[in-house]
Amino acid sequence: MTESAFTPATRFAVPGRIAVSNRASALWRTATLTEIRRETPAVATFRFAVPGWAGHLPGQHLMLRLTAGDGYTAQRHYSLASPPDDTGHIELTLDHVEGGEVSGWFHSEARPGDEVEVRGPLSGFFAWPGDRPALLIGAGSGVVPLMSMIRHHRAGDLDVPLRLLVSARGPEELVYAAEYGAETTAVFTRRAPDGVPVGRLSPAHVAPLLAERPPGGWEAYVCGSNAFAEHASRLLVEAGQPVDRIRIERFG
Amino acid sequence: MNVTRGFTGRPRVHNPGLPPGQYDAGEDWPVLSAEVTPDLTPADWTFRIDGLVARPRSWDWDEAHALPASPYEGDIHCVTSWSKFGVRFGGVSLDAFLDVVRPDASATHAVAYSHSGYTTNLPLADLTGGRAWIAWEYDGKPLPAEHGGPARLLVPHLYFWKSAKWIAGLRLLDHDEPGFWEQNGYHARGNPWEEQRYSGD
Ligand SMILES: Cc1cc2nc3c(=O)[nH]c(=O)nc-3n(C[C@H](O)[C@H](O)[C@H](O)COP(=O)(O)OP(=O)(O)OC[C@H]3O[C@@H](n4cnc5c(N)ncnc54)[C@H](O)[C@@H]3O)c2cc1C
Repeated sequence: MTESAFTPATRFAVPGRIAVSNRASALWRTATLTEIRRETPAVATFRFAVPGWAGHLPGQHLMLRLTAGDGYTAQRHYSLASPPDDTGHIELTLDHVEGGEVSGWFHSEARPGDEVEVRGPLSGFFAWPGDRPALLIGAGSGVVPLMSMIRHHRAGDLDVPLRLLVSARGPEELVYAAEYGAETTAVFTRRAPDGVPVGRLSPAHVAPLLAERPPGGWEAYVCGSNAFAEHASRLLVEAGQPVDRIRIERFG
Repeated sequence: MNVTRGFTGRPRVHNPGLPPGQYDAGEDWPVLSAEVTPDLTPADWTFRIDGLVARPRSWDWDEAHALPASPYEGDIHCVTSWSKFGVRFGGVSLDAFLDVVRPDASATHAVAYSHSGYTTNLPLADLTGGRAWIAWEYDGKPLPAEHGGPARLLVPHLYFWKSAKWIAGLRLLDHDEPGFWEQNGYHARGNPWEEQRYSGD
């Protein structure tokens, strides 16, 4: 006989309120590229038609596979940028990584009509269905899953509090710049418009947001490079955000 | 086969050590944890084995280090497609811990849990016979916190999400019980050579 199941020290699991279908993730589907939109000099958004896509929750990602003529495949994870209700279509936003095998193909070769394979959506841990106040912190292409949340918030006209702190080296590298509204504060680390300070994300950015204390508290979502995720999650903990209410997605 | 127009991929040398769908990450060691890296010192660290065992027990840092050292040198494979060759970990074989607690004959599986609350499930057979370690050194130095230091589970023949960082304990069970990523759609076992990435593979 076994004793009762181990209860983790933190409630560190898929939030009970989020239902994730694991069946959809077993299947590779063909995604047809329909549109490419440039976001910044190094970042572009790729829109796909995916027949049979089961839908997703904002924050989830998928696995994408490219196949060469000799059968060689390359697979990478990409966050879903689009909101869940973009029926039959999904959008991914890719940073052009120097020397990158998959992002390189997308940025130099891909054109509408091309087919790739995807499976997902994957992972409910970083997902946000729009039911709790959410504090989002992202840097670089780490803003992609957070944008899905913002778009979902807008599309559903949700009134649950939502805030975004987004870090970029300079205004020209800020992905989705034209889409941000009052919920967003941009932090520029190297170059900023006149009158805007330059510097990395600091306690001074996080403190006023935590001071808002929405009913039930914030659910925090941090996404970006590992170095950024370490920095931002430490700032949150130091500012009093409970550890078990910080979810992190690291792009490696 | 669904060939992607214009995709050739990198020039590749056939590498028999590379499981299907993986690439050689070289010097890189990406960090992929979903939680805040815990501030855990060797003095705070403990490791416990309980559940279906004759003598449940916990070890602290010094007690664990008193067990016979058993290094691992070999490869690791992450489900996100990178593999890392010829890595060197220092630690103790899990067999040394299991010999002390003596698993019941009815024990078939284990849930590994971490000091951060992460869980992952494993067949007991994957943890015995010199195939699993508690590791606290990487390349001759203390294991960095973001890679699971002070100590992590190491099960190198399975995808690396099974090698729970900041390992706190194992609970032995007579059935399989999905852990954190397994509840998130990942495969129950995670054998890289059979590409057991997601449930259904
Ligand atoms: C959950 C998750 C979500 C993600 N979401 C996004 C997203 O929304 N947008 C996004 O842009 N990225 C995202 N990423 C990152 C993404 O998965 C890829 O890592 C990224 O696109 C780089 O892949 P690549 O094939 O272009 O580069 P890779 O080929 O993997 O190369 C990466 C780096 O390693 C070097 N390198 C690696 N192998 C070799 C080799 N054999 N020879 C020479 N050089 C090599 C390259 O030069 C380059 O600098 C996400 C990652 C995760 C884990």
